[in-house]
Amino acid sequence: MARNNDPFSQNIDWLTLLLYFGCVAMGWLNVYAAVYSPEDHTSLFDMSTNAGKQMMWIGTTVILIICILVVNHTFFDTFAFVFYGFMILVLILVLFAGTNINGSRSWFKFGSVSIQPAEFAKVATALALAKYLDVPGTNLTKQKDLMYIGGIIVLPCLLILASNETGSTLVFASFTIMLYREGLPSWIPAVGITAAALFVLALIFPKLYIFIGIGALLGLVILLMPRYNRTVANLLAIGLVGIVMIGYVTGVDFFVNNVLQKHQRNRIKVLVDPKIDPLGVGWNVTQAKIAIGSGRLQGKGFLEGTQTKFDFVPEQSTDFIFCTIGEEHGFIGGLVVIALFIGLVSRIVILAEKQRTKFARVYGYCVAGIIFFHVMVNIGMTIGLMPVIGIPLPFFSYGGSSLWSFSILLFIFLKLDSRRTALTRR
Amino acid sequence: MLENRKWVIIGIFCLVGLTYLTRLFYLQVLDDTYSLGASKNSIKRVVEIPYRGQIYDRNNQLIVYNTPVYDLYVTPKQVRIPDTSAFCRMMNISVSDFDSIMGLASNYSRVKPSLFLRQLSKEDFARIQDALVDYRGFEPVISSMRTYPAHTLSNALGYVSEISKKQLDSQDILYYRQGDYIGHNGLEEQYEEQLRGRRGVKFMMQNVHGVNKGSWKNGAYDTLAVAGQNLITGIDVDVQKYADSLMQNKVGAVLAVEPATGEILVSVSAPTYDPNLLSSRFFSKNYRALLRNPYKPLINRPVMSSYRPGSTFKLIQALIAQQQGSLLPTTVYGHAGSPMRCHCRGGNNLRGAVQNSCNPYFYFVFRKFLYFNGEHNTFKASAIGLKQWHDMAEKFGIGSKLGVDLPSEKKGNLPTPEYYDKAYGGTLRWKFSNVYSLSIGEGELLISPLKLVNLAATIANRGWFITPHYIKGFGKSGAGLPAEYLERHETGIDYKYYLPVIDGMRGAVAHGTVTPLANIAGIDLCGKTGTSQNNKFGHKFDHSIFIGFAPMNNPKIAVAVFVENAGWGGKAAASVAALVAERYLKRKTEAKKLEEQVLASNYMPPISGLPGYKKPVPVSPRKDTAQHKPAPAPKPLMTDTKAKPVVAAFIRGN
Repeated sequence: MARNNDPFSQNIDWLTLLLYFGCVAMGWLNVYAAVYSPEDHTSLFDMSTNAGKQMMWIGTTVILIICILVVNHTFFDTFAFVFYGFMILVLILVLFAGTNINGSRSWFKFGSVSIQPAEFAKVATALALAKYLDVPGTNLTKQKDLMYIGGIIVLPCLLILASNETGSTLVFASFTIMLYREGLPSWIPAVGITAAALFVLALIFPKLYIFIGIGALLGLVILLMPRYNRTVANLLAIGLVGIVMIGYVTGVDFFVNNVLQKHQRNRIKVLVDPKIDPLGVGWNVTQAKIAIGSGRLQGKGFLEGTQTKFDFVPEQSTDFIFCTIGEEHGFIGGLVVIALFIGLVSRIVILAEKQRTKFARVYGYCVAGIIFFHVMVNIGMTIGLMPVIGIPLPFFSYGGSSLWSFSILLFIFLKLDSRRTALTRR
Repeated sequence: MLENRKWVIIGIFCLVGLTYLTRLFYLQVLDDTYSLGASKNSIKRVVEIPYRGQIYDRNNQLIVYNTPVYDLYVTPKQVRIPDTSAFCRMMNISVSDFDSIMGLASNYSRVKPSLFLRQLSKEDFARIQDALVDYRGFEPVISSMRTYPAHTLSNALGYVSEISKKQLDSQDILYYRQGDYIGHNGLEEQYEEQLRGRRGVKFMMQNVHGVNKGSWKNGAYDTLAVAGQNLITGIDVDVQKYADSLMQNKVGAVLAVEPATGEILVSVSAPTYDPNLLSSRFFSKNYRALLRNPYKPLINRPVMSSYRPGSTFKLIQALIAQQQGSLLPTTVYGHAGSPMRCHCRGGNNLRGAVQNSCNPYFYFVFRKFLYFNGEHNTFKASAIGLKQWHDMAEKFGIGSKLGVDLPSEKKGNLPTPEYYDKAYGGTLRWKFSNVYSLSIGEGELLISPLKLVNLAATIANRGWFITPHYIKGFGKSGAGLPAEYLERHETGIDYKYYLPVIDGMRGAVAHGTVTPLANIAGIDLCGKTGTSQNNKFGHKFDHSIFIGFAPMNNPKIAVAVFVENAGWGGKAAASVAALVAERYLKRKTEAKKLEEQVLASNYMPPISGLPGYKKPVPVSPRKDTAQHKPAPAPKPLMTDTKAKPVVAAFIRGN
């Protein structure tokens, strides 16, 4: 066992490690490019800039990684619920003792360093879910288990929502991927996707059209149904589905216009029509698209971007870091980044599938899901396919909390995975 | 079973990845609107307008230069004015002006600067500069304004002002933009391209707040501004100013040309005005006032007015008749048989006829000219003769544009046989007896002062001329004179035929039709007077004309003077011409008595005698008086030039 505690001889999955460091290095260079000013030729290591600070974060992250690799793998398994409980406490604490940054009371400030506990809540929740499902006999078709699982996910969600961090809350939806793998009945994600689709449609088209569309669709279903299936019960069920959908669409309409706050509503509306107000609400999206679009095939070259450098794109070193990539490295840069991420999450899924313990497998799927969700939403919003939701691009975006949490998330899994290979070898 | 769901999951990953890549490919490679958007919002085109070229006279005296002024720009969104009325007082504008300017600016853009006030002088700007700190949203931009230290030549120079909508729309090569300055009329328009230079464009990178972040691509696409070229003219400013002063209280024109080169030395259009009036920010107010002035100071009389040449045309008659062979220097005609009155004793030979301006003599000369073609039918002979007459006179540049370097030259009229055919309703329906008034320069002839000064120069050269022109060259070297101003135009009249005519012209000044005082010692002035009939509008007096050159041998200056409504040509016009020639040749004036006489004379017609004048309608106090008020301007001009009432301030030296 001593051998396994030696971090330098561990059976780490080198491919994942390579993809990880590729992301981190590219992220760092792009943060530098985003804050680079052609006038004073800022150094890559200047501690007063985001790039310099990111260097420091990368350094501390490496230390964290070593710590994770050094501790015994059973540590995470054993203390999963403890982490989770601790995290819940911290999330409650931050509501009262946190610092308000950009309208959300979700930060702890230590001197010049700010930490956002919501980022770490994902890790703790993933561990808790893995721990819960690790117990033999749990079954996602059982109502009781579903309720517990739901509880584990919803509790931190509510707390994060209370601190006005909608983006981080939505990330918890990514656990669906893991749940699906673990046997969640297909209709649940199907209903989820249908609901999301109806939501978008409700924003674009007048309600009446959607109602007609729903009616036509259900009518078609009945028409194509084998004659012997057309029982009164089935027809009633289909009718019920129709009524539920219509009610939902009406609800969405009401929700968007009457419940959501103005900036949230605008973020969603801009997704549907970015030309609503190019200098107001649509500014972020339009400028992001202009920056990326101006990169063309090969990009303008490292440090040559004008849009990101001159502050046209807001938050360009954090949430909109992909704009810098798109502008300076063009389509080729975007292709590399997307390929890197898809490769990474696919690799994690493949590794997860190989795990001996259910704990490790469930956790692996959680990691893949979380990373994938972030990438999808973050890149999606910069190219106008997703609403503007303030969540970072894993490993790329500037910020200690984000880099730390993603690294911890990933390396706990790599640690668990190294245990698997170690066992195989023996 | 459940393991296979990993493929579904990886499938979703790849699907999303592919969707995003497709979208990226569309955004970055296929659709270029975003890339254009990028250059639009981060790369700013900064236009540099070069200094307009200055204008000099032949002795390198400055006529036009640029004074730095300030244009005040306003960005409506940033404007914070605590007290509008105080602000307007400071800016010297009315509150309603302020509202309309701000309204226009806001309409154009809330966030981009618009012009608020043009051409604040250094003094005005210094006055408001400190106060401006308290008013946000106003930004001064340095610009320049044409300034005329010599206060003369206004019509010949033209003026520089904002480009008109029509000019903006009709340019062949898109160069000007809204709000650009352009030369109008005169030399400013004629040499616009050389004077304006070429403006430069710099591409600057700007951040989201519009702060400059250095030049784009290290200036690879920038073009440097090219300063306008200085224009050297042939004008002699000292003589020009002197001629201006001689023409005060007169309406008319003075033109002087150097015969050997065709360079215009003096170009007076009277009444004149100070060109600086059209160069300030009160341009439109001043322009309107000049436009409404009944004496029409904006007409550039040397090239735009057409007069009947009167007796000065006898010179051409004498020359072409000799060339035709129908007249010898020794030919003598009396008064008998001519319908024309004359004030001389008659019995002159050619020399004497020119000297005394004998009308019957030239009546007979012209008759012989028209019938000098072997045709016995007088109608046919007249048509043939007139054609010949037209073709020979045309060689002197009469009846078409000479090609002076001003955009507003008028053609005038030299009647052709066809012209009379049309007037009399068919061929062979007119003959000499219908057109004989041409013989003494009356009738249908219309000639501008420019053509007459050219005639004087031609005679001074004894047979050829170079098209009169204002330009001498560009820049220090004086290169760039258009080739057409080096070309000699021959008149087709032999040298020898000029001599008796010139003898007569000298005689006219020495002891002929010209007032004795004008025969200034030492300049050997030769000339011909003319009295252009002017009874069209019931005027009492005819126009006074004189053309001439000096000295007789090796002439240095040719002059043409028109004084409207001044009567007999031998006095008003000849006196001015003699004084101008003397000042040019001697650089001083010795004929003090003549000068005194000219300065004291006043030939301004009363306003009520001007064409287009309407009797002021007495207005009842209820009606809007503004509409019916007669133009208030000119009364004071005529009585006292020293006093400076409101309008007289811009009409000078007339």
